[in-house]
Amino acid sequence: MWQALHEELAPLGLSVITVAIDATLGAARPYVLSAGATHPSLVDTEHTVADLYNMVNVPTVLWIDETGRIVRPNDVHYVSGEYSTYTKFHPRKPMNALRAWVRGEADALAPELQAKPIDQLVAMPTQSDQEARAAFAVAWNLSQQGKTEAAERWFVRAGELAPHDFTIRRGSMPIRGIDASGPAFFEMRTDWAAKGNDYYKPLADLASSDEDFEAEPVPETDIAAIRAKDQAIREKFV
Amino acid sequence: MTTWTVLDEQRPVSLEIAEDGSLDPSPLGWKRQPEGLCRDEICIPVPAGSTLDLTTLGRLLGRPVVIDSDEKIAAIGASSQDRAAALRSGIAPDFALPDINGVIHRLSDHRGRKVVLYAYASW
Repeated sequence: MWQALHEELAPLGLSVITVAIDATLGAARPYVLSAGATHPSLVDTEHTVADLYNMVNVPTVLWIDETGRIVRPNDVHYVSGEYSTYTKFHPRKPMNALRAWVRGEADALAPELQAKPIDQLVAMPTQSDQEARAAFAVAWNLSQQGKTEAAERWFVRAGELAPHDFTIRRGSMPIRGIDASGPAFFEMRTDWAAKGNDYYKPLADLASSDEDFEAEPVPETDIAAIRAKDQAIREKFV
Repeated sequence: MTTWTVLDEQRPVSLEIAEDGSLDPSPLGWKRQPEGLCRDEICIPVPAGSTLDLTTLGRLLGRPVVIDSDEKIAAIGASSQDRAAALRSGIAPDFALPDINGVIHRLSDHRGRKVVLYAYASW
């Protein structure tokens, strides 16, 4: 879906860079090919970008200006309304804001957020977060050596150290032979919410509201249909 | 001496570790000098009489260490202070990653343009 925005906004000076936080280049390949992506579509098998930007879930989006400054730190945007009734995130405000920013018609952040230092807008990594990433690195290395049991212990440990880091807890599921969109995921997410935690932490200024759903209605999210479509994409682009 | 794999911010490095855990940190870019643990112009004092093992190394550098003695593998992560300081500076950290064909791209290739960096996953 980023391909259409890339085609629309690249001539106005925007580079769209997508990063798949996936275990292998092959895991991301069907999605990049099916999108017909001509923008840089990268794969972060070692969680390098996740580590540098303290990304703990997907999707995570940042806006960076011409001088290389982060003008909009970690936020949660969807480009399409495919998941909207499930996630409660509507693409309308963020996509309009992106267009306005690229055209030079608006700042990347609302004034009240610009006034705040970055560490009041988004979480800074803690030493426990960084220890979790180190544990994940060990797990991933052991897994690639075929040492499944030893790897599993470190995957679990990494999740315990950073229970809010779903690039680790959910992202490790395919490596461990667990369906990352199956019962284990829904159980993890329900448990997380039951403890009073948010699964996504969007910035306030572009957060979705009822107004978005009224202005641009979206069809009811059909998880089963999305999964079937993804399966077809994976089979087509092996 | 046993050969370990130490993941230095994800980069695998071979390191020889003695029975008592002591090690020569040279492969990690740090030298044991009389002044302490040194790299370039920086020297971190090492307490007298202490063994320079992985745990001590991590503590001196302010970086998290995880150790799997059975598998002879360890990881020294990035310090949270360094990561947070980089983000507080406002400058987007540069990175180099492959596309699906293995071609490496850098964020800094796009300097002079606005960038939307979008992380997603197939899972």
